[in-house]
Amino acid sequence: MAITQTFGGGVHPREIGNGKKATQSAQIITAAAPARVTIAMVQHGGAPAACCVKVGQTVNMGQVIGEAQGFVSAPVHASVSGKVVAVTTCTVASGKTVPAVVIENDFEDRWDESVRPCENVDALTDADIVGIAARCGIVGLGGAAFPTAVKLNTSKAEKKPDTVIVNGSECEPYLTSDHRLMVENAAKIVDGIRFAMKGCGAKRAIVGIEDNKPDAVEAMKAAAGDGVEVVALPAKYPQGFEKMLIYALTGRRVPNGALPLAVQCVVLNVATCAALSDAVREGRPIIDRIVTFAGRVANPCNLRVRIGAPLMDLIDEVGGLTDGVRKLIVGGPMMGNTVPTLNLPITKNFGGFLALGEKAISAEETACIRCGRCLRACPMGLMPAKIDALVRKGNYDGAIAAGAMNCMECGSCTYACPAKRELTQSCRVAKAIARSKKTK
Amino acid sequence: MSKYVISSSPHLRDHVTTRSIMQDVCIALLPACVAGVLFFGYRSAVIIALAVAAAVLSEWFYCKAAHQKSTIGDFSAVVTGMLLAMNLPSTVPYWMPVIGSIIAILLCKMIFGGIGQNFINPALAARAILALSWASLMNTFAAPAFGNLAGVDAIASATPVSGAAAGNFTLTQLMLGNIPGTIGETCKLALLIGAAYLFVRRVISWHIPAAFIGSFAVCYLLATGFDVSATLYQVLSGGLILGAFFMATDYSSSPATAKGKIIFGLGCGLLLFIFRYCKKTPAEWCSFAILLMNVVSPLIERVTGTKSFGEVKKNG
Ligand code: SF4
Ligand code: SF4
Repeated sequence: MAITQTFGGGVHPREIGNGKKATQSAQIITAAAPARVTIAMVQHGGAPAACCVKVGQTVNMGQVIGEAQGFVSAPVHASVSGKVVAVTTCTVASGKTVPAVVIENDFEDRWDESVRPCENVDALTDADIVGIAARCGIVGLGGAAFPTAVKLNTSKAEKKPDTVIVNGSECEPYLTSDHRLMVENAAKIVDGIRFAMKGCGAKRAIVGIEDNKPDAVEAMKAAAGDGVEVVALPAKYPQGFEKMLIYALTGRRVPNGALPLAVQCVVLNVATCAALSDAVREGRPIIDRIVTFAGRVANPCNLRVRIGAPLMDLIDEVGGLTDGVRKLIVGGPMMGNTVPTLNLPITKNFGGFLALGEKAISAEETACIRCGRCLRACPMGLMPAKIDALVRKGNYDGAIAAGAMNCMECGSCTYACPAKRELTQSCRVAKAIARSKKTK
Repeated sequence: MSKYVISSSPHLRDHVTTRSIMQDVCIALLPACVAGVLFFGYRSAVIIALAVAAAVLSEWFYCKAAHQKSTIGDFSAVVTGMLLAMNLPSTVPYWMPVIGSIIAILLCKMIFGGIGQNFINPALAARAILALSWASLMNTFAAPAFGNLAGVDAIASATPVSGAAAGNFTLTQLMLGNIPGTIGETCKLALLIGAAYLFVRRVISWHIPAAFIGSFAVCYLLATGFDVSATLYQVLSGGLILGAFFMATDYSSSPATAKGKIIFGLGCGLLLFIFRYCKKTPAEWCSFAILLMNVVSPLIERVTGTKSFGEVKKNG
């Protein structure tokens, strides 16, 4: 099976290039430490963490404040040292209200004693690495925030993974945080990749980077060594989706309804790999992440921000919003959520911040002209127009039969549709209804 | 309430709209319109204008009567009007394009639910109805007189495909369009320029035109014992070039899948070959070939559904 370097379908938003220009060549800036952090107990895919601190308690940086509950879960750590002032709830970017801990920063940045560098990394076993990833709350920083330890723990898998696929494609327009990290910190990423390979037992790793980031490709190539290959991929959305990336880099197709492990791959994002390196070497849990601030903000940039920092303060730090903002988006413009307010805390899965103007408000939907653009755009080989028509008729079973469950909600079809139809949304509706039927 | 808009992703949209696509088709038809006027005189311009106006007004009236939001802004009615005019001889009375456009828009498009819903190509269906109702008017063609804008004087009744005149023209004449025929079908050069524009703008894909013209040409080559010039003559005659690039590629009435488009194009080519080669009657069969395939298009699309990315045999 060969490297195909790309996949069928997909789209080329103009903004892929233009949107990134503002932030792709400036160094990552560390944001001012926040006076107060609101740390959500749900920052990952899976079960919420259980709060294990009390109001009035003094906590250290990196101390566990929420314990993982169940197999697919991750612990949550204090991102500052200071005093717990409230155990409450907060609204996160997804719109959900979740339990949260508020800590007042004493600005001492006193690390917890649990955060200790590893004395002999070479002696670590695969199980040790999985354990460290779990303990340090490492989750996928690319989007879904799935606990990394669960991905790496392949001890019970029938088929062992042979390849770690590393996602450096950053195919979402506007976002450049992975790009900058690769340029500035390639060595750390590669270090993390090696631990990931060890953790899951894979003998090789392939890093896929879109060719619109030549400096990142170069930096990663220079840092990579035995067993780690760096491949430049044509820039096309959604190149960074697991299934597309695996196909582009290995020629393997993940079967419908299956996980990457079915084709012996484990997929991790570059930022996740860097976090894994810190966790293994320094014992450092995730207490911060890099966030791109782009669009209509005065000074677009990449900031390294503490988990739990108030978005509002960070917006002030980048000079505030400029005029004409109509949409606030957390994540990228293709997959991100709109949020009604800046009153949100940073979470581990806070993929980026984007303020867009009038242009981001889609024109009214008109009738489907059967042009077939959606079908050509769909990387999953679905017929979005057909699914959309069935969903609007209320024929959900028909939509499922047409493959709606395989939709990855990448948005390519909606992007491409000249009639501006909300095709992706129809797929979401079909999926949600199918899921609710299943649980009944 | 927040002053910020809440909506589902994606938040970016391509700049291509239904309107921009239809405008592109209009632009692509302009060279053929100009050629029609140059060869067949000012009447061509009047016919094009009347067909477009009648098409747009019919759609507007329909929307009004049905209490729907007017859809004329999408330019699809303009396209239908232009395509209909392309398919009319320059000698028809002025009421003909008007009646034709009304039939096309009301009977062949709007009653099926408007854009995207009609299973037959409205312009072609209207042309067929006109041809059946007023056969002699629809089969009288003016002899072309380049640059003579007043020129509707000479009446010739034979086109290159119809029996009597077949073989009387040079390939250069067929290419340039100084031959009898409908307003928009004769100048292949103009049509090909327009088609190239549509390719560049990605309004149409190669599948249908290639399969259509290709299968027709291959059949003709085989039937004539590889007579290349006779085959070229046939390809450049009648409505094939106009039909293959502008009529058969109509989104509503052709399959959306790539495989479906190829089957559709093959079907058009085969039917046209059978009609032209076997019947040898002085009628233009291209529209009928396309119309017949329009009817089976939904079926073709159903059997050529896409294959999803992860549809692979699970090994083990
Ligand atoms: S149907 Fe789903 S997977 Fe296909 S393009 Fe649309 S959103 Fe993406
Ligand atoms: S892209 Fe839009 S208009 Fe074209 S077929 Fe798909 S839904 Fe219809």
